[in-house]
Amino acid sequence: MDLAFFGVQLLNGLQYGLLLFLIASGLTLIFGIMGIINLAHGAMYMIGAYLVWDLTMRLGNFWLAIVIAIPIAVALGLVIERLFLDTLYKRDHLYQVLLTFGLILVINEAQRIIWGGDVHSVAIPAPFDASLQLTDNLQYSVYRLFVMGVCLALAGVIYWVIRHTRLGIIIRAGAVNRDMVEGLGINVRTLFTLIFSVGVALTAFAGMIAAPLTSITPGMGDSILITCFVVVVIGGIGSIKGAFWGAILIGMAETFGSVLIPSIASMVIYLIMAAVLLVKPRGLFA
Amino acid sequence: MSQEPILVTQGLTRRFGGLVAVSDVGFDVLPGEIHAILGPNGAGKSTLINLLSGEIPPSEGEVLFHGKPIQGKSVRQIARMGIGRSHQKTNIFPRLNCLQNCELAARIHMGGVFGSWRSRQRARQVGERALEVLETCHLVHRAYTPAADMSYGEQRQLQIAMVLATAPTLMLLDEPMAGMGREETVQVTELLESLTDRYTLVLIEHDMDSVFRLADRITVMVDGCVLESGPTEQIRASEKVRDVYLGRHHEEATA
Amino acid sequence: MLHRYPKRVAIIMLVLLATVATFPLWGPAVFGSQSDFMLEKLTLMVILALFAMSLDLLVGIVGLVSLGHALFFGLGAYTLALASPEFDAASMWWMLPLVMLVAAVAALVVGLLVIRTKGIFFIMTTLAFGQMLYYLISTAPFAGGTDGVFIMFRPTLTAGETMLLDLDNPQSFFYFCLAMLVVGFLFLRWLTRSYFGQVLDGIHDNEHRMQALGYATNGYKLVAFVIAGVLAAIAGMLAAMQYGFANPAQLGWHTSGEVLMMLILGGMGTIFGPILGAFAYEILLYTYEHLTVHWPILMGLTIIAAVLVLPRGIAGVITDPPWRRKATSAEEEETPDDRRPRRGPLPRARRVKP
Repeated sequence: MDLAFFGVQLLNGLQYGLLLFLIASGLTLIFGIMGIINLAHGAMYMIGAYLVWDLTMRLGNFWLAIVIAIPIAVALGLVIERLFLDTLYKRDHLYQVLLTFGLILVINEAQRIIWGGDVHSVAIPAPFDASLQLTDNLQYSVYRLFVMGVCLALAGVIYWVIRHTRLGIIIRAGAVNRDMVEGLGINVRTLFTLIFSVGVALTAFAGMIAAPLTSITPGMGDSILITCFVVVVIGGIGSIKGAFWGAILIGMAETFGSVLIPSIASMVIYLIMAAVLLVKPRGLFA
Repeated sequence: MSQEPILVTQGLTRRFGGLVAVSDVGFDVLPGEIHAILGPNGAGKSTLINLLSGEIPPSEGEVLFHGKPIQGKSVRQIARMGIGRSHQKTNIFPRLNCLQNCELAARIHMGGVFGSWRSRQRARQVGERALEVLETCHLVHRAYTPAADMSYGEQRQLQIAMVLATAPTLMLLDEPMAGMGREETVQVTELLESLTDRYTLVLIEHDMDSVFRLADRITVMVDGCVLESGPTEQIRASEKVRDVYLGRHHEEATA
Repeated sequence: MLHRYPKRVAIIMLVLLATVATFPLWGPAVFGSQSDFMLEKLTLMVILALFAMSLDLLVGIVGLVSLGHALFFGLGAYTLALASPEFDAASMWWMLPLVMLVAAVAALVVGLLVIRTKGIFFIMTTLAFGQMLYYLISTAPFAGGTDGVFIMFRPTLTAGETMLLDLDNPQSFFYFCLAMLVVGFLFLRWLTRSYFGQVLDGIHDNEHRMQALGYATNGYKLVAFVIAGVLAAIAGMLAAMQYGFANPAQLGWHTSGEVLMMLILGGMGTIFGPILGAFAYEILLYTYEHLTVHWPILMGLTIIAAVLVLPRGIAGVITDPPWRRKATSAEEEETPDDRRPRRGPLPRARRVKP
């Protein structure tokens, strides 16, 4: 493997990792603050991708599609939160697992009814539909660089919010001790709604910007969900920092795994998880 | 009493973030005594007892039990070394009956579950041991009552019985009388009194009457530090203690 | 010691057993030409009941919510498929122990890693390990990829030269599966009422307290994990015999999710509930599939409704019928602090010894 090829893989791994971070951060936030394990999180990623595909088809503009799709996804998340999750906050994880699993069945099937079972794709939008010539025979997609930039910017925003705002203090306190949040005299109800909306927005947005890079298929949310579980387990539940480094690690591992050892590529991330569990059963940043 | 202490702490300190909950506590327990820990809320009593039972590790210092450090051992290993403890919150198994609760406690110290499975004799010994501690705690009439159906006071007594069933050499009791009525408090005080000839007790308790009646020695804590430690009479007479703790206690009572 | 149920539970279960066991007698009269198909369905329900029951030991009894239990189910199926000789039938006498051994070793390895995690971590890690085997099997060249492996010959049950039970005959195979279910049920019932079950109960109620008493709780949880894994693998082996193939889908997390649904439908922590749940789930599935191609929506809504309305499942209705419940117990059930799954029926009449 020459250096340029290695560099491309590095970028790919980073880009995939950053995308994973957007999804995993929502997952870990929702768990850390709300105490909810949300299996339907991956389904929201899928919804994001399908929404943007559908709207791009109708409107002919990817960027406009994103602008319209985000509020739709968030509204859907809010309906779910108010209708179902509201009853689950104080209940055992088992019921959360079952109810959100039921939601997956409903959402996945609703997707089939609305958009069918075909595989779709979205064209890479202007002005990023170009490639960067790295060497004579290696190019790199500008759109991927753009996605990286957007993800990094969002990660920066999340970091800033958590470090420097009152909301951030609450989030950090909640990750350590959820009961403390209630003791801080905060309207928990509003906080939960806010956190859930942000989580849904992040994962749906990840689905949207990933749409031009991946094929849009039914069930695409399920596999990404499980990968993000691995990310969260490695990083430590409730930890945004853990989600970030876990996502980068898994992004790299999966990218390089599929290039270097394709025969067991799909296993690599689980092997890493097993290794982490052996050493630190609560995750690297817990 | 010139015996070797069974439990000694040296320079025991525990910090939570920036907060020092227990600061440089040196403290010892002699065999056969009741050693009470007294102090206002937030003085670090519960943290201290959690350090003694190994439930949280100290930031500095160490705990020696029979001369051996307990550091690095798990809660269950320490329990099996002979330190039994009760918790401030009632901590029984509500779906088991009173006897089964005690059997559960006794079994692990008499060869464990698998031993009882193999041998009828072992199972019988466990049952006998459980009944014995129920007798000690005046709960025999409740043997077949589900723990969930018993009164609060009885549940607390059951908790003591469960600690007894593990045949500890040292019992750590965290506010055994908390939340009890006058009558129940007297009952438990009598129960603890009846244990003095057989067990060594470390007791955290708010009820002053009981403490002065039961304890051989008292350690008074304020703000994580030991204010004074000594025989009950000395503490009762101590000006310092009266000012800092009893005075405050008195103010609270009259306020 | 625990889990004494009202008499009506025993009566219902016995009636169910008698009804199911006599199906070959009344099936043809009721279903006519559909009878053979129905027997197959029934066999599958019996197998899934065993699977669901094994998960109940973890979820309902110990309080470990596993979202990767299909790992062992699929492992049983693949062990059978891959260990069977290509042109000959294997003997059940070594196939069954082999399946159990493979599952036990796998459960021990996975268990050692996951048992140290708690709560939501346990859910995520079991799910991840389930997926790990899923990917391993579906990409491994020896396991037939996503197509799976076909089983040409079912194992035989012979003594010397004589065939004890012809497992190729649907009817005998049905009885074989039913016998496995009954044995599995009696075993789990014995286990949960034993001292060991008492400890598992204690762990469910308050693991920390058990440690303070001196119990190495992780060891007990691991033993339960292994037992549950072995039982699930037996169910998986039977399922593979029934289908005639082992398929990666049997390992996937949707299968793990389905079996959890059976638990909630039936009522967890009761051992008998999941049997009812497996039957109920399969009947619902059959009905929904006939109603619409979009049956997953109906199934999803059913599960959501079950979580919200009937968290203790069918077993809860049987042991503690709503029309008998006092107002107080109804209030108690809605206590918001009730974080852990309410264990099916609280035994009412306790054994009283003189």
